[in-house]
Amino acid sequence: MDSSVHVPATASSARPALARRAARHRLLVALAVVAGALPPLVGNGYFYDVAILVAFNAVVCVGLNLLIGYAGQVSLGHAGFYGLGGYGTALLASKYAWPSLLALGAAAAAVALIAFVVARPILKLRGHYLAMATLGLGIIVSIVLATEDRITGGPDGMQVPPLAVAGVAVSGELAWYAIAVGTLLAAVWIASNLVASPAGRALRALHTSEVAAQVAGIDVARYKLLAFVLSAALAALAGGLAAFHAGFVTPATASFLRSIEFVTMVVFGGMASTAGAIVGAAVLTLLPQVLTALRDYETIVFGAILVATMIFLPRGIVPALARLARGTRWMR
Amino acid sequence: MTARMFASAIVLSISCAATAALAQAPIKVGAFLSITGPAAFLGDPEQKTLEMYVERINASGGVAGRKLELVVYDDAGDAEKARTFARRLLEQDKVDVLVGGSTTGTTMAAVPLAEQAQTPFISLAGAVGIVEPVKKWVFKTPHTDRMACEKVFADMRARKLVKVAIISGTGGFDKSMRGECLKVAGNFGVEVVADESYGAADTDMSAQLTKIRGNAAVQAVLNAGFGQGPAIVTRNYRQLGLAMPLYQSHGVASAEYVKLAGSAAEGVRLPAAALLVADILPDTDKQKPVVVAYKHDYEARYKSEVSAFGGHAYDGLMLAVDAMKRAGGADKAKVRDALEATRGYVGTGGVVNMTATDHMGLDETAFRMLEVKNGAWVLVR
Repeated sequence: MDSSVHVPATASSARPALARRAARHRLLVALAVVAGALPPLVGNGYFYDVAILVAFNAVVCVGLNLLIGYAGQVSLGHAGFYGLGGYGTALLASKYAWPSLLALGAAAAAVALIAFVVARPILKLRGHYLAMATLGLGIIVSIVLATEDRITGGPDGMQVPPLAVAGVAVSGELAWYAIAVGTLLAAVWIASNLVASPAGRALRALHTSEVAAQVAGIDVARYKLLAFVLSAALAALAGGLAAFHAGFVTPATASFLRSIEFVTMVVFGGMASTAGAIVGAAVLTLLPQVLTALRDYETIVFGAILVATMIFLPRGIVPALARLARGTRWMR
Repeated sequence: MTARMFASAIVLSISCAATAALAQAPIKVGAFLSITGPAAFLGDPEQKTLEMYVERINASGGVAGRKLELVVYDDAGDAEKARTFARRLLEQDKVDVLVGGSTTGTTMAAVPLAEQAQTPFISLAGAVGIVEPVKKWVFKTPHTDRMACEKVFADMRARKLVKVAIISGTGGFDKSMRGECLKVAGNFGVEVVADESYGAADTDMSAQLTKIRGNAAVQAVLNAGFGQGPAIVTRNYRQLGLAMPLYQSHGVASAEYVKLAGSAAEGVRLPAAALLVADILPDTDKQKPVVVAYKHDYEARYKSEVSAFGGHAYDGLMLAVDAMKRAGGADKAKVRDALEATRGYVGTGGVVNMTATDHMGLDETAFRMLEVKNGAWVLVR
C-alpha cells in the first residue's frame, strides 16, 4: 500500500520538468475534451441533468480526495459542508437578496472558515477518532438544518432563487452544463497543481508516515489543515451550485448517507488519484440511474457491484486500470 | 403493376399497423417515490398501491381504451434525486401524468419541471405550500396539517376549552403540524398558553408534562406528534395525573397507538382520515365503500396494515384516471382541465371538489373526530 503511493511520485520526479507539467495537465485536457464532446451526444434535458449532477459530485470528490487520498485523513462529514454550502447560498440569495455569485462565494468562504475553526481540534485526532469527529460534525449540521425551521424551513427544505449572473438568470441546460463542467475543470486544475507542488509532496509524505514527515521538517498540522479547508470549500461550492440548479434544498443533502456516498465515490474511483475521484463520482452517480431497470433488486445489485470492486480492485478503478496500462506500456 | 400494387399494399398495411399501435400505446403514469431511506414509510405503501391498482385497471380494460403503464423511480427522499428522476420521467420516458413526490421536499424540487413540461402533476405530500399559491399543473391529494389543527380546535371550542398547551416532537411531521396549529389557533378563539417539545428518540416526557401541569391556565393539551412519542406522552400524562382532555394528531390514528398507550389512551381524542376507521364508519357515510374496499384489497394482498399514505397514492392515481376518462384520453392540457374540474370524487382522503383556486379540493369533513373508549376508536358526534 505504502510503496504504491511512492512509485508514481518517484517516477514523475525523474522525468524532466516540461514532461511533468504536461503530465499534470493531461487529465485536465482529457476532461475538457470529453466534456466538450458530450453535448452533441446527449439527447435531452434528462441527460444534461445527470451530467451536471456528475460534475457537482466530482467537484466534491476531487476536494475530498485531497484529504482522504493525499493527506490520508478520513472525513465522514463532508455532506455537512456540502449542505452548509447549499443552505448558506440559498439563505443569502433569498432572505438577504444578495447577488447569486456573491452569495455563492460568501457561503463557500464561510464554510471554509467553519472548517478552519473546527479543523484545529479535529485534526489532532487520528484514525477512527478523526472519522468519529467528522461524522459527529456532519450529523450536527444535518440536525441543525432539520430543526432550525425558522431559518432553514426544517425537514421540508427551502426554495432557492435562480442563479443570476450580472442580472441575467441562468437558464437552459447547456448553460448549466457549462457552469458545472467549468467548476469541475477549475477544481481539477487547483487539485493537480497542489498535488504537484511541494505541498502535495508534503501531504503524501504525511499520508505514508506522520512521524517520518514531521522528522523531515514538514509542518504536519498546517498541511492537514490546508487539505481539510480546501476540500470543505470545494464541497460548499458544489453544494451552493447544486442548490441553485435544483432550485430547492432539503436537509437530506447534508445527511450522513450523503457523506458516506462521497467517501465511497473517492475510494471506488481510486484514492490519491484525481481522475479516480472523477470516475468514482461518475460511476456512482450513473449507476443508480442505470440500475432502475432492475426495480426491486436495484439496491442488492448496487451493493454487489461495490463489494466486488472493493474485493477485486482494492485500490479503486483508476489506479487498477493505470497499473494494467503501465504493465502493457500502453500509456507511455 | 403487380409489384407496385404489392408495394402499396405493404405500405398500407404498415401504416394501418402503426395507427393501431398508436391507439394501443399505453398511457404512461410516472411516479417518483421515496421507497427507501428515511421516508420509506411513505413511499413503500404508495408504490405498492400504485402497482396493485394499475394492474387492476388494466385487467378491467384500461382507461379510454388504452392500458396504463406505470414507471416508478425511487428517490430515497432526496430532493436532488427526485428532480433528476422527475426530469427522466418527463423527458426520457415521456409520461402523460406525474404522480408522486412522497415528501414536500421531493415534490417542490419537481414542481418547476412539471410546470415547464406542462404535464399534470399530482403530489402525495402534505404541505399547504405545494398548492398555495396555486400552480397551474400541480395538484395534491393529502389533507394538510392545517385541516387537522382546525378540526381539533373546532372540537375544543365546542367543548369550551380555549386555553391550550401544545406538546410536539422535533420530527418533520411534528414541526409542520405545530407550526400550522399556532397559525390557526386564533381563528377558533383558542389561545396557546404553553408550547413544549421533546426529541424524536426521547423515552420520557414527564419533565415537559410537569411543566404543563404547573400552568393553571391550561384547559386542554394537544400533542402534535408522530411515531412512538405520542404513546409515551399519553402514558406519562396519566402517570402524572393530568386531568384535562388530551388530543392527539392524525399521525397516530392507528390500532398500534392504542396498544402502545394501553389504558392511558382512554378518553383521548384525535382527528383521523376515514380510511383508518373504515370498518366503524356508519353505512350512510359516502366514503365507506371506497375506504373499506381499498383497505381490504391492500391488506389482503400485502398482509400489512393499510396506511393513510397508500391512500394518498390511491387517490392520486384514481383522480388522474377519472380525469383521463372525462378528457377522453391522455392529452395533457385536457387532463389538467379535467383535474381542475373534479367535483364530488369520493376517495380515501375525503370528497374532492377541485376549483381553479383550490388544487387539493378537500375540506374539514375529510377528518373524523375519534375518541378511545374501552380500548377502541369510536366516532365522536
